[in-house]
Amino acid sequence: MDWLDVVIILVKVVVCFLLLNLLLAVVVWAERKVIADMQSRIGPNRAGPYGLLQSIADGLKLFTKEDIFPLSADRIVYPIAPIISAVPAFLAFTVVPFGNMLSIGHRHITLQIADINVGLLFFLAMGSIAVYGVALAGWSSGSKYPLIGAVRSSAQMISYEIAMGLSVIPVVLYAGTLSTRGIVLAQQHMWFIGAQIPSFLIYLIAGVAECNRAPFDLPEAETELVAGFHTEYSGIKFMLFFMAEYMHIVTISAIAVTLFFGGWMGPHPNFLVPLWGVLWFLGKTAAFVFLFYWVRASFPRLRYDQLMNVGWKFLIPIGMAWIPISAAVHIFDIRRVVLVGAGVIVGIIVLSLVLPTKKPEVLTEEEAKTTA
Amino acid sequence: MALPTIAFWILAAFTAVSTLFTVLTRNVVHSALGLAASLIGAAALFILFGAQFVGLAQILIYVGAVVILFMFGIMLTGTAVRPVVDNDQRPAAALVALAVFLVLAAGIVSSFGTKKVRFQVAFPTVQLGHQLFTTWVLPFEAVSILLLAALVGAIVLARRD
Amino acid sequence: MSDYYVNYAAVAVLGAVILLFGLGTFAGWALLRPKRWNKEKNAIYECGIDAVGEQWKQPNVRYYIFAFLFVVFDVEALFLFPWAITYQKLGVYAVVEMVVFIAILFFGLAYAWGRKVLDWA
Repeated sequence: MDWLDVVIILVKVVVCFLLLNLLLAVVVWAERKVIADMQSRIGPNRAGPYGLLQSIADGLKLFTKEDIFPLSADRIVYPIAPIISAVPAFLAFTVVPFGNMLSIGHRHITLQIADINVGLLFFLAMGSIAVYGVALAGWSSGSKYPLIGAVRSSAQMISYEIAMGLSVIPVVLYAGTLSTRGIVLAQQHMWFIGAQIPSFLIYLIAGVAECNRAPFDLPEAETELVAGFHTEYSGIKFMLFFMAEYMHIVTISAIAVTLFFGGWMGPHPNFLVPLWGVLWFLGKTAAFVFLFYWVRASFPRLRYDQLMNVGWKFLIPIGMAWIPISAAVHIFDIRRVVLVGAGVIVGIIVLSLVLPTKKPEVLTEEEAKTTA
Repeated sequence: MALPTIAFWILAAFTAVSTLFTVLTRNVVHSALGLAASLIGAAALFILFGAQFVGLAQILIYVGAVVILFMFGIMLTGTAVRPVVDNDQRPAAALVALAVFLVLAAGIVSSFGTKKVRFQVAFPTVQLGHQLFTTWVLPFEAVSILLLAALVGAIVLARRD
Repeated sequence: MSDYYVNYAAVAVLGAVILLFGLGTFAGWALLRPKRWNKEKNAIYECGIDAVGEQWKQPNVRYYIFAFLFVVFDVEALFLFPWAITYQKLGVYAVVEMVVFIAILFFGLAYAWGRKVLDWA
């Protein structure tokens, strides 16, 4: 490991970190604008043109807020819980491949911070550590409601972690490697979404639940437990939690693109080689982040027991059943068409979660007046 | 001093300090947090020596599941907000810990002598998987039975509420 | 071997950068924020009224059961990873082994389901 390696590492880390912060600012702004548009309102439009500087304004505002330190809060854990939350959220992004290799001279630099051989396992490990931030924050606030919110939130996150782990296994079966770069390269002929529709759907649902996002955001909904585990946090501590949450959204979208949608691979005109891939990757990730916003604006919140039912009784059995099916199709050299067909069937079963079961009644005007 | 050696000493110090913090602090949740930190240190040491799958498995299972289980248990029993539950056996416990340390150190020194660990090739996960499903497949299936037994046992115990 | 260290060193460097960023923003905040200590402000929030009772309410024991189930299934998911990358070279035999493994734990899940442990929150 010579000095040039060190320089490359430092450049990658600094560039990535700055880009991630910028991306976070954009993601927060975009969420408010997109959801506002879906709700027929305008969203932020005061701070800068089209409200683009809103995130920066919010960040600066949080710097000027007072540090409320509850009297019954734990003196050591309470201040460090936001950092425990933020570190794994950013570290999970190290294994995400932005693009193909950049060749300078005879050096090949992969466009990801760390091309770990077991990258996918690293991503799941960081997701596991993320539960700590939540649980410790709730407990150390020294108040009952954050504690209950934190315990609920952690129980939800760990339930859906199993579903997420089971859903990425079929992708690894087909790619033959746990490295994220290897998984993208294995999709040169066909993206894995073709053969692995149920896996993708399970991954997406589990991902939304992992981030504590609507419709799985009971533990932090305002009408339920004030703000859940981060009720007693103000100012920059809250900002770190906020950043960690949106970083999780971006990471899960990026990994979804990597695993199922071909990563940086785009259609053919390959001019400006690595940049083309990076743009396609960012575009696909943006589409998934938009999906997160869309889901938030569309679905009602799940009750907690419904949430745990979906995690344990629906997603885990389907995930467990899909793995031998995928493996059998691959090992017996059955045509992939069979897998796609089975995938469509199982996918419809998974989607039955979101489809309405009864057609909503449409009352005429008199009926509405008499029954109301 | 080579870079891996420096990294080793830093990580070993971190693990030792967190473990000391775990046993010396009087607050139960701090203890659990210290345990998590020392297990992360141990995982980092595994990764440093090339066993990356084991290191990440350690983080995923030990830090991400077992210590979370401990913390749930702590939060559910209210030991964290009660007055400190402690006893006078700290000196005796320290003596026992010292005795265990001497026994382990004697064992390690007598089997390995002064051989040094060389940082070799990272252990390929593929080889680990291959071994697991050919040579060690019976212990692997036994693990699944063990997990089933643990699961059923926990459910039976939990139903007494 | 050098590639291996370069990658993990990058992870460590990023971890250090985030830690410094977190601590740095804390420090900057300490300089910029107003400091007006007030007992009412530092009381905990309980919907605007004075807090009642002890600052701890026992969460239901169901959460502990779920954490336990999580440990078991997390270990199962972990064993699936080395299988997934080596099963192609091992043939049908490995698929059968893993199906047995998954089936045993599937039975465990079914038992938990039947015993109504998975019901409610």
